[in-house]
Amino acid sequence: MSEGFTITPDPSREGETPLLQVRDLQITFKTVGGEVNAVRGVSFDLYQGENLAIVGESGSGKSTTATAILDLLAENGRVSGGSALFNGKDLTKLSRKEMEHIRGREIGYVPQDPMSNLNPVWNVGFQVKETIEANTSLRGKAAKDRVIEVLKEAGLPDPASRLRQYPNQFSGGMRQRVLIGIGMSARPKLLVADEPTSALDVTVQRRILDHLGTLTREHGTSVLFITHDLGLAAERAEKLVVMYKGQVVEYGDSKEILADPQHPYTKRLVAAAPSLASRRIQSAVEGKSTPGTVGDAIAVARSEAAQSEVATEAPLISVDNVTKIYNISQGGFRKTQFKAADNVSFQIAKGKTMAIVGESGSGKSTIAKLFLKLEDITSGTMTFDGRDVGSWPKRELLEFRRRVQPVFQDPYGTLDPMRSIGASIAEPLQTHGIGDKASNRKTVAELLEQVSLPADMANRYPNELSGGQRQRVAIARALALKPEVLVLDEAVSALDVLVQAQVLQLLADLQAELDLTYLFITHDLGVVRMVADDVTVMRQGQVVEAASTDEVFENPKEQYTIDLLVAIPGGKFEFGKSA
Amino acid sequence: MPSNHKIQRYVAPVEETPVAAVDAVKFDGKASSVWGDAWKDMRSRWLTWACLALIALIAVVALFPQLFTSQLPTGAACDIANFRQAPGNGHVLGTDAQGCDVYSRLIYGTRASVTVGLVATILATLVGCVIGAIAGFYGGWLDAVVSRLGDIFFAIPTVLGAIVVMQVMPWERNALTLAIVLAVFGWPQIARIMRGAVLSAKNADYVTASIALGVSRAKILVKHVVPNSLAPVIVIATVSLGVFIVSEASLSFLGLGLPLSTASWGADISAGRATLRTDPALIFWPSLALALTVLAFMTLGDIVRDALDPKARARR
Amino acid sequence: MIAYIGRRLLQLIPVFFGATLLIYFLVFAMPGDPIKALFGDKPVPESTLEAIRAQYNLDKPFIVQYLLWIKGIFVGDFGLTYSGRPVADELARAFPITARLAVIALVFEGVVGIAIGLYAGLRKGKLFDSVALFISLLFISVPIFVIGFLVQYFAGVQWGWIKTTVSGQATWSELLVPGMVLAATSLANIVRLTRGSVAENMGADFVRTAKAKGLRRGRVVRVHILRNSLIPVVTYLGADLGSLMVGAVITEGIFNIKGVGGTVFQAVQRGEGPTVVSFVAVMVIVFMLANLLVDLLYAVLDPRIRYAK
Repeated sequence: MSEGFTITPDPSREGETPLLQVRDLQITFKTVGGEVNAVRGVSFDLYQGENLAIVGESGSGKSTTATAILDLLAENGRVSGGSALFNGKDLTKLSRKEMEHIRGREIGYVPQDPMSNLNPVWNVGFQVKETIEANTSLRGKAAKDRVIEVLKEAGLPDPASRLRQYPNQFSGGMRQRVLIGIGMSARPKLLVADEPTSALDVTVQRRILDHLGTLTREHGTSVLFITHDLGLAAERAEKLVVMYKGQVVEYGDSKEILADPQHPYTKRLVAAAPSLASRRIQSAVEGKSTPGTVGDAIAVARSEAAQSEVATEAPLISVDNVTKIYNISQGGFRKTQFKAADNVSFQIAKGKTMAIVGESGSGKSTIAKLFLKLEDITSGTMTFDGRDVGSWPKRELLEFRRRVQPVFQDPYGTLDPMRSIGASIAEPLQTHGIGDKASNRKTVAELLEQVSLPADMANRYPNELSGGQRQRVAIARALALKPEVLVLDEAVSALDVLVQAQVLQLLADLQAELDLTYLFITHDLGVVRMVADDVTVMRQGQVVEAASTDEVFENPKEQYTIDLLVAIPGGKFEFGKSA
Repeated sequence: MPSNHKIQRYVAPVEETPVAAVDAVKFDGKASSVWGDAWKDMRSRWLTWACLALIALIAVVALFPQLFTSQLPTGAACDIANFRQAPGNGHVLGTDAQGCDVYSRLIYGTRASVTVGLVATILATLVGCVIGAIAGFYGGWLDAVVSRLGDIFFAIPTVLGAIVVMQVMPWERNALTLAIVLAVFGWPQIARIMRGAVLSAKNADYVTASIALGVSRAKILVKHVVPNSLAPVIVIATVSLGVFIVSEASLSFLGLGLPLSTASWGADISAGRATLRTDPALIFWPSLALALTVLAFMTLGDIVRDALDPKARARR
Repeated sequence: MIAYIGRRLLQLIPVFFGATLLIYFLVFAMPGDPIKALFGDKPVPESTLEAIRAQYNLDKPFIVQYLLWIKGIFVGDFGLTYSGRPVADELARAFPITARLAVIALVFEGVVGIAIGLYAGLRKGKLFDSVALFISLLFISVPIFVIGFLVQYFAGVQWGWIKTTVSGQATWSELLVPGMVLAATSLANIVRLTRGSVAENMGADFVRTAKAKGLRRGRVVRVHILRNSLIPVVTYLGADLGSLMVGAVITEGIFNIKGVGGTVFQAVQRGEGPTVVSFVAVMVIVFMLANLLVDLLYAVLDPRIRYAK
């Protein structure tokens, strides 16, 4: 076990006592399989008014560290060593009563998921007010006025009229603002923000973080950010703690670390972060390739694919003025119409990748469903290989299904938990009457190998696989019928950045090898930069801008596209390059 | 440390924080399916074995009562002159008011209870599963009609409905007819649970993926949706078995269940009322048998629920 | 909220007619002579049979019979008992007794069940929790009439704490013990349900956030854990009313209480079919109305229901 490293006072803060001094913090969880050391020797200093970010992948122990500071570990967890001095008091040794006094009042908390962190049965005003009443001497009207003030500060529009509304009447962004309001309501000295915006759209995320920044600066509040997003960390915090498997691998000035990562893990993380490496793909395509990074490999794979392409070929997929209207039941017999896609047009050439990018409600996934023939087009046409998709004859539907295959977002929903991996991958073969039992077993093994998974995985069940492995199995299943087009609906969005880079790499290799055409649906512009030839930006069902990837990134024409680009956290940093 | 840093810089020694391969495939032990995992969890609890042992014993007694007693519980074996004898003298637990052997009525009563419980559960589960699955999966007007129909049956509490039907039923009262009557009022509960499970399973990505593969709707229902919806139904069916056994006993107790010519715990408890003050043992033995049987199935239902719900497993 | 109540009422209409029609159908559309069947093996004078045939309009087509019967229910005419008294009169006498019994049972199972469940849930895995779980399972497994006899035998016969039967007045104090017997099974179910739901809510994100807000433990438990845990308990209560009614038939039978359940019990014992059918029909209607109330309570507790489409 590591000893925990020595923290020396920051030279720029000579003589000051840090607000929060974490020293060699150890956290242990009791599980069925015995004790697990989730956090092993975390140390850092956080000064008054300073922002510090703990960065790491899922399972790195970053959130556990934050919850331990608030003494809110799950029942089976405990601090097994080290200390967390806050204003001279060791938070790990306080009694429940003393801790209740500090929480809310001196340390505020903004949790990760806005959907589950507000109590659904109490109205919003009540939930803010009880926080104020618990931590201040304000009561009655004064407390209510403070509720309104706090929510206004957090950027909730028209708070006075919303106090009696319930959380389920709020959007995710609005709920997050309420949670920020709650966290800041007693003017704490320290705010612990655990992935405060990761569930939100980028533009909403940017607005909320800007707001949070202003608010904490005004009140001189220190912020402890917990995030998986390197860009966000660099942009919002001066200091960085990089965690990996419960340990600190790097600690220091955030811009310095991102510009010049030293630890092999940090290097890897920086190289894989989409918003950054994407800049370098460009140079690689132009032939100034420096091998070794994921982005480069993708670029190389793609440029090979590009060479085999005939420039004057007709587009493989053509979408013309497609509109999709849903009838939404309003209860009883009333119905309203909702235009999920409004006059959408684009084309994809064979062997190319078209990214459709947009925020939630943009209609990007609707386009995927329409093209997969999972939903009917209301008006307009989609053609595939010169034939109309909408009127594709029923008896030839299997042929269409063979040629166009999807991969979906949620790695935990994409495979039937009751069936073995082999059975899942073999399902397309059986459905299309290809091969017998023995030959299918061989095909399954080949497909697993193609997605870099061991052949003996065929006997395993999805519950034993990681998210990235499940997505690779889903890709293998999609490839079983040797399709021409893959529709990737947020296929890498749920994955950790390193795993995401790995899957993107795999997709790029497969495209080069099998001459696949990708319809790539995503909310993440950084990922777009890494994989797409062309981009269609969508908003509220309509196409905002459509052009080649380079053009969209270097010379965006529409304000919304610019907003999206600006909103990418850390977009302005040159990652992995010494400043 | 060069002091041109505004903030201390620390890099962990690589040997202390070795970097593993990204997303390495790592399996230990044998492959485990969802059912396999559940069974593994159940296997490790002694309570499972206690329940299974008790249920096995009950099953053997129900199937082969003659292995446990040489006396018959009814008819000529009862000698009214021999009524209410204390234990002993060839009657291990004595005799009842009719002069029948209490022990052998206990043994033979098992069959009545278990048969009614088992048949009612099987019928209600089959009907409930099929109807619930079809309603949930196909939706639309079919769902509307079937769900309303279920609401109607649901509005009549099972035993109350059974009281009315048993009162007027022109057919012979036996284990089969009683089980059918209980199932008629019992299926909506299982249909509701199945429908809910199907509704959530049918929106899973793996179902959409199968549609995109060209798998037919009916095949998707059978191969993906139903297997993924069965867990809550299995739990409720196990518990229902216990509930139906209690229902049978309640009806027999009221005099609307099995006729007195059939040995039944409920009827014996009812008959024992008359001598509660003087001979409480006549009520005690059938009550104990009934309670143990129901306890075995209820506990098993609990264990299965825990085993099939990973969240509950982690909570334990 | 008003829209929600209206919707629930609308939904109740088809269920009301469906359920009453079903009962009527099960009684009068059975093969053979339904009137004879009502009395089972009991010999009945022809004049009684004739009176009942007339009462149920059996000479008219089935659906007309049903409609006339349901019309009667709406104007408070529930038919005649076996002895020729109007069911409505019997109900007026018996209903208050059963209502008292039900109130005792509901208060007992609600208060004690939720308290034990909450305490066990907060101490999940500790001794109290394990004991509560085991005892509740025992109570669920032992049928209500067994519990009734045990109480009658020990508390009544052996120790002489209570009278083994209840007088015609059926006062609150007389009904206390029978009410607790009636509540036993439901109480056990409520303990288990509350316990599970409290344990689950303890790990909920919003509870962690409530703690992080600086709320005291007592307030977190009361306002955030208990309140949310009551929602499934209320849902259960709806279905549970059905078993309470069956339980009332048995409990009132055992303790010789002259309420609605006791009347059904007596009628069943004596083979007086018409009384059984009329009373059970009334109980089913009460069950439906009570369920409507439970649904409204549910909507009060859970705003998500009110605002769902």
